[in-house]
Amino acid sequence: MSVTELSPLAAGEDRLPKEIINDFSIQVATVNGSGSQTANLVLMRSIFQMGVPVSGKNLFPSNIQGLPTWFTIRASKQGYIGRKREVDLLVAMNPESAQEDIQSLHPGATLLYDAALKLPEIRRDVHAYAVPFDKLVAPVCPEVRLRKLVRNMIYVGVLAHLLGIDLEEIHKALFKQFGPRKKKAAELNWGAVQAGAQYAADNLEKTDPLRIERMDRTQGKIMIEGNAATALGAIFAGATVVTWYPITPSTSLVEAMMGYAKRLRTDPETGKSTCAILQAEDELAAIGMVVGAGWAGARAMTATSGPGISLMSEFVGLAYFTEVPAVIVNVERVGPSTGLPTRTQQGDILFTSALSHGDTQHPMLFPSRPEECFSMMSEAFDLAERYQTPVFVISDLDLGMNYWMSDPFEYPDKPIRRGKVLTAEDLDRLGGFARYRDVDGDGVCYRTLPGTPHPKAAYFTRGSGHDEEAKYSERPSDYMGIMDRLARKFENMKRDVPAPVVEYNEDASIGLICYGTSVYATEESRDQLKQEYGLETSHLRLRAYPFTQEVLDFIDRHARIYVVEQNRDGQMRLLMKMALNPERAAKLRSVCYYGGLPLDALTVTEAIVAQEGL
Amino acid sequence: MSTTTRPPRAPKTNRIGLAVVDYKGAKTTLCAGCGHNSISQRIIEAFFELGIAPWDVAKFSGIGCSSKAPAYFLGLSHGFNGVHGRAPALATGAILANHKLIGLVTSGDGDTASIGLGQYMHMLRRNVPLVYIIENNGVYGLTKGQFSATADIGSKLKNGTVNDLPPIDCCLVAIETGATFVARSFSGDKNQLKAVLEAAIAHRGLAVIDVISPCTTFNDHEGSTKSYAYVKQHDEPLHEVGFVPAFEEIEIEMEEGSVREVEMHDGSKLVLRKLDGDYDPTNKLEAIRTLHEAAGKGEVVTGVLYVNEHAPTLTDLLHLVDEPLATLPEAKVRPPKEALEAVIEELR
Ligand SMILES: Cc1ncc(C[n+]2csc(CCOP(=O)(O)OP(=O)(O)O)c2C)c(N)n1
Ligand code: SF4
Ligand SMILES: [Mg+2]
Repeated sequence: MSVTELSPLAAGEDRLPKEIINDFSIQVATVNGSGSQTANLVLMRSIFQMGVPVSGKNLFPSNIQGLPTWFTIRASKQGYIGRKREVDLLVAMNPESAQEDIQSLHPGATLLYDAALKLPEIRRDVHAYAVPFDKLVAPVCPEVRLRKLVRNMIYVGVLAHLLGIDLEEIHKALFKQFGPRKKKAAELNWGAVQAGAQYAADNLEKTDPLRIERMDRTQGKIMIEGNAATALGAIFAGATVVTWYPITPSTSLVEAMMGYAKRLRTDPETGKSTCAILQAEDELAAIGMVVGAGWAGARAMTATSGPGISLMSEFVGLAYFTEVPAVIVNVERVGPSTGLPTRTQQGDILFTSALSHGDTQHPMLFPSRPEECFSMMSEAFDLAERYQTPVFVISDLDLGMNYWMSDPFEYPDKPIRRGKVLTAEDLDRLGGFARYRDVDGDGVCYRTLPGTPHPKAAYFTRGSGHDEEAKYSERPSDYMGIMDRLARKFENMKRDVPAPVVEYNEDASIGLICYGTSVYATEESRDQLKQEYGLETSHLRLRAYPFTQEVLDFIDRHARIYVVEQNRDGQMRLLMKMALNPERAAKLRSVCYYGGLPLDALTVTEAIVAQEGL
Repeated sequence: MSTTTRPPRAPKTNRIGLAVVDYKGAKTTLCAGCGHNSISQRIIEAFFELGIAPWDVAKFSGIGCSSKAPAYFLGLSHGFNGVHGRAPALATGAILANHKLIGLVTSGDGDTASIGLGQYMHMLRRNVPLVYIIENNGVYGLTKGQFSATADIGSKLKNGTVNDLPPIDCCLVAIETGATFVARSFSGDKNQLKAVLEAAIAHRGLAVIDVISPCTTFNDHEGSTKSYAYVKQHDEPLHEVGFVPAFEEIEIEMEEGSVREVEMHDGSKLVLRKLDGDYDPTNKLEAIRTLHEAAGKGEVVTGVLYVNEHAPTLTDLLHLVDEPLATLPEAKVRPPKEALEAVIEELR
């Protein structure tokens, strides 16, 4: 099939910009389990190596093999790394989804498709290139069994040629991806890349405008998944007990931790481990072990997602009421129930903020980028031990399971703080202690660890009513005394939680508030609002709950506030409403997206434009 | 007990200079005559006699009358009364944090065999080094007398309701699933219970003791198979249990073939004096057969059903450093700056 036949666009091409350089999105549509992930990561990494800001998102089904899956790569010279809603270049490899994928392309988009796909009709308003993948893969991969995996590398080669990605960079990315131990597999795949590039050079006439050109905007950066960054953060935060139960999208966090722990937390002298990682029988047990370990003095954590968080509620209430430190990473996915288990959302905010029956309040930290996944683990442990309470680190599938461009992580600059723990020597000096007495007036009491060799060390921890000496009590004044102190303690955490990142714009009367992965679309949307609608905005990115003074100030300085988030009900806005006075609460509006794909800027822009009546 | 030649009266202080009162807890709030109180008493005696420092012990429990018990013994030990059925997780976590702790759990039959059955099974298969006591009364005491999952078929509640579901035998489950010390005892048998407790404390891995512990308020009437009267009548001891701690260098005088000795890992000895038959507690299959046969006859076999001193424990398998993880210094738990730089370099 010749390309000219399929590209009647040539005539009207002057409508289109001649070249679009380093500013477009690629979507690869394949079948789950076909091994396309490696090809996509190689493609993405090679663009990164070309110095072009890039992001990649795996939009995958809850399935091991057979269902359609998409991978989107966005190159953006401006550094926008949120999802782009429109697809500029589609690689159609999946017969199941091809028809629909192609229909959704905008006129002028580029299409690379498997010539073997029986497409009834090719759109005449897109730049289409057919590639005979099966024919090309046979000679480079004699082993029939492997062809399914290797054929994906062919589109990498074709795209390298079409987009102008240096083959040297592809080679480097590919060998990095396979690692030193899989040299043979890498060679095989490299053959496929070359075959694709050669085919494109010999047979395809470039008509589309998309190009990658070298830049220098990725210098010094690294590429990492958020979950791996969190895992590394926990390793450097000195986590000593990690218990978990597998669930997407948090599984890869603990799996990464196992690798890092082996490498970084094996005692060089004895060859033994300083970090216990244990797969529990369920999330009830995982959190129970964390609470037991935290009580006994470990830096204990678990990582889970929606259904697991639901199961943990009873133990989290116990830890709150008995004042046991714990760190719980919630890599959010789409709920309620099983929901869309492989899609992203920020839907657990309200539930987590008060997880458990009774009056409870829990601090939450919201990383937006891998650097924060890393640094916030130290902050979370310090906070948990300083305030003797469960602390939640709220990530999501988009951040956790996708690869991100990131600055290198900074080594923790503060020593580890273990909080108010009395030793046997302290007890000798003090002559004793009362576990729940607020000696310092900050709501945080002193504790001792089991095993402290002192007759005055022991106290009895109970989830039932207790007095200052931890003795059983149902007296209203004892109960209220503890509950009021817990509320004070929560209030005081405002001093120690990470402050929001604020960007004031003197000309703006509206402010945008976001958190976590909503920041990418929000920042891009601010530029769209300004460039296309002349609307100036300020921006505050929340990094923690409870809300600090900066949040109140920000609201006060603007007439209207849009809280941008990825859930149906505007959960962060609701949480803010509860914490704010009516005057501030009345200023809050919602921009909500809850389809399960990472939030894109246009969605935010359109929602604000509509509400502003622009 | 004639197999050991201990002084007739316990000394005022034990080998670490503590008195019995140092092993007591708060005054009990359980009903008068409740079997759980007798168990607390035996725990106090066992720890006192073994001369274990109470601050080396950590107590755990779930929810129930039986789970309140840790407040009533070892007041100088840390204790954690958690949530219903989930003491195994709490205790496992604490042992991971500090494997030097001597962990002791008291639980109820509702706590263990109903809501906590999952955690119980997984604690068993992990062989978590703990002493796990089930204070088994066949009912939920704290919620006022409903049947629990250990109630026997045909056993009657006070209001006449008859249980028609088969019981879960916590000892059978324990032996099948991986516990390495399994015993059954009766709160009314002081000597046996204390000796079993001492051996369980000396044991390296997980020791499960299912103690029939009558609930005087809700399940001690005619027609109940967990009443004092019923258990006394149907108690079939496998052997007379004795325990010789490692620090007591005592020669056991005995007739040839009249006792079985099991050497514990710390050098102490479990001494089982034969009664009618010769029961071998290291034989798993015999233990299982014995329990099934006894159940068929409506008997309550008591004694040490199964011991295996050689199986690896959870902490052995995790290959952890010797010091407790909980108190490792920063230099041990935060890798150096160069380590981070090396990882980062690979991510470029
Ligand atoms: C999640 C939960 N469900 C129910 C209860 C109510 N509850 C308290 S104790 C108990 C049963 C206790 O029975 P058992 O473990 O046999 O202890 P016993 O009181 O008989 O010693 C129940 C159902 C609870 N505390 N928590
Ligand atoms: S109700 Fe039964 S189990 Fe509970 S304290 Fe009273 S006698 Fe013991
Ligand atoms: Mg009971």
